[in-house]
Amino acid sequence: MGDTHQLDLLRGMLRIRRFEERCAQLYQAEKIRGFLHLYIGEEAVAVGVMGALEPGDAVVATYREHGHALARGLDPGAVMAEMYGKQQGCSGGRGGSMHLFDAATRFYGGNAIVGGGLPVAVGLALADRLSGRRGVTAVFFGEGAVAEGEFHEAMNLAALWDLPVLFCCENNLYAMGTALDRSESQTRLTLKAASYEMPAWDVDGMDVLAVEEAAQKAVESVRAGGGPHFLELRTYRFRAHSMFDPELYRSRDEVEDWRNRDPLESFKERLVADGGLDDDTWAAMEAEVAAEVDDAVAFAEAGTWEPEEELTRFVYSEARI
Amino acid sequence: MTDIDTETRTITYREAMREAIRVALLDDDRVFLMGEDVGRYGGCYAVSKGLLEEFGPDRIRDTPLSEAAFVGAGIGAALGGMRPIVEVMTVNFSLLALDQIVNTAALYLHMSGGQFNIPLVIRMATGAGRQVAAQHSHSLEGWYGHIPGLKVVTPATVEDARWMLPTALADPDPVIIFEHAGLYNTEGTLPELGAPVDLETARIRRRGSDISLVTYGGSLPKAMAAAEELARDGISAEVLDLRSLRPIDTAALLSTVASTHRVVIIDEGWKTAGFSAEISARIAEEAIWELDAPISRICSEEVPIPYPRHLEEAALPQVNEIVAAARELIGG
Repeated sequence: MGDTHQLDLLRGMLRIRRFEERCAQLYQAEKIRGFLHLYIGEEAVAVGVMGALEPGDAVVATYREHGHALARGLDPGAVMAEMYGKQQGCSGGRGGSMHLFDAATRFYGGNAIVGGGLPVAVGLALADRLSGRRGVTAVFFGEGAVAEGEFHEAMNLAALWDLPVLFCCENNLYAMGTALDRSESQTRLTLKAASYEMPAWDVDGMDVLAVEEAAQKAVESVRAGGGPHFLELRTYRFRAHSMFDPELYRSRDEVEDWRNRDPLESFKERLVADGGLDDDTWAAMEAEVAAEVDDAVAFAEAGTWEPEEELTRFVYSEARI
Repeated sequence: MTDIDTETRTITYREAMREAIRVALLDDDRVFLMGEDVGRYGGCYAVSKGLLEEFGPDRIRDTPLSEAAFVGAGIGAALGGMRPIVEVMTVNFSLLALDQIVNTAALYLHMSGGQFNIPLVIRMATGAGRQVAAQHSHSLEGWYGHIPGLKVVTPATVEDARWMLPTALADPDPVIIFEHAGLYNTEGTLPELGAPVDLETARIRRRGSDISLVTYGGSLPKAMAAAEELARDGISAEVLDLRSLRPIDTAALLSTVASTHRVVIIDEGWKTAGFSAEISARIAEEAIWELDAPISRICSEEVPIPYPRHLEEAALPQVNEIVAAARELIGG
């Protein structure tokens, strides 16, 4: 793993961070409306896992998926335009922040029903299996999804049929405002996966290298026919659940403790200490990312509204396939 | 009356459906059947009997009792390029998969701005009439008809049982096929050389001029029997089989109303906020001046379906009720 690669990981996390900081501002400015769920604090998870995937693999994500989308390679302008609701958005503006989709990168949402993406991921993997393709489907979900029946049904089905699914549980400790130990009788999530005879590892989700290493090992095994794997990625959401959340359920001290483990800052400091990053390189990276975010916002601003006459499109397909 | 040029054969609804699935599997490698007990058991209603032996466990895929997971897996497989036929044993159990059907299958095309269509076929048995009590007797197809993004069809004849499936499989979007459990043993004739039928239009199953009996699915045989009985009284009843609950063939509906000026709607669902209410509303909105009498609805009583035979029969639409309603509208 050379320096260039490590700088790519850093840049990937920085891009998500700066993009979302701008999203928060744009929300205050009422450019972005509805629900906006920020991923800030969890960047190492998306960046680490996506790096382990190939272009032909499939990704199913949650409603807190800006990070997954950017790390998967969706165009930041198309993502920003989607948040604006413009027709140049990656979902034509119909989805918004929670429903980012992209056929080119096999990015299947943007699912805002907790647990709802897991069965879909199982089916994508089944299609790969039945078609003789060696693809892997990575599905992201929070620890809150573990309480859903769909989680258990999907885990069982994937394991029973030995399907190439990588289950990525982003354990940020809170399902909206409900702490894990207030919702689960068994809080060791890997045990639940193990009960389905699935290899399950818990990973420091604040350490991008640890995430990448675990994801690479898991993806390799899944692709080689080792059946589904489960990663519990221990992370933390620095911002509120959504823009409406007064954060009554967690203490400032707890948030501060986790902020001290900021995946972006800690990785940056590590690279500096190792001599892999100097001030000039960092400044250039910041400038590059700032320009990308500016471009994304400009693209969204310049975007157009879908004509109202097109309202009833996309209910049924317009062409037979 | 035999037309020597047209070879026909007698077939049950169950056999017609099985043949449709079998031919689809033969025709297209992307097609597979998945659901509870579709394989070794042969299908809860024996529709898929023998298919496991012919096509193997990859294509006749027994699932755990995980309706949300295997319906969702059908959605994912469709997104991944397959053409799954997912059998949900009955509409009653489909409630466990409502999230996948309503929140995923019906919405992905729209939420993705047209990028991800879902060519999925879901089949399920529906309806009451076999003394299997309240939790196995729902008629909830009207619920599914409420959802934009789904297509909902209700084959009531052997021809539709045989020929709706290939059209559904060729459709780029999710299609739900409701098979009334009371129809599986019904017999009909099919031409030797049939062809796929559309999923959008209603059909007149019996021509008539005095009154229209509008129905679909498992109530079609009852409407036909009622028309027969009315004919003995000199009342000419037209029977319209809607076939599709989404889209609704409003033109055919208005046309029969305009021709007879009286209508009885027969629906095994409940009246309140039910599918029959939608049909009534369309007539009222667009053809009220054509009516010579109020719209009449024969639906299930507003009660869970009871177990004892006499109470179940009392709860469900019956031929004599349809006949009585028709006579009343005509003033006879």
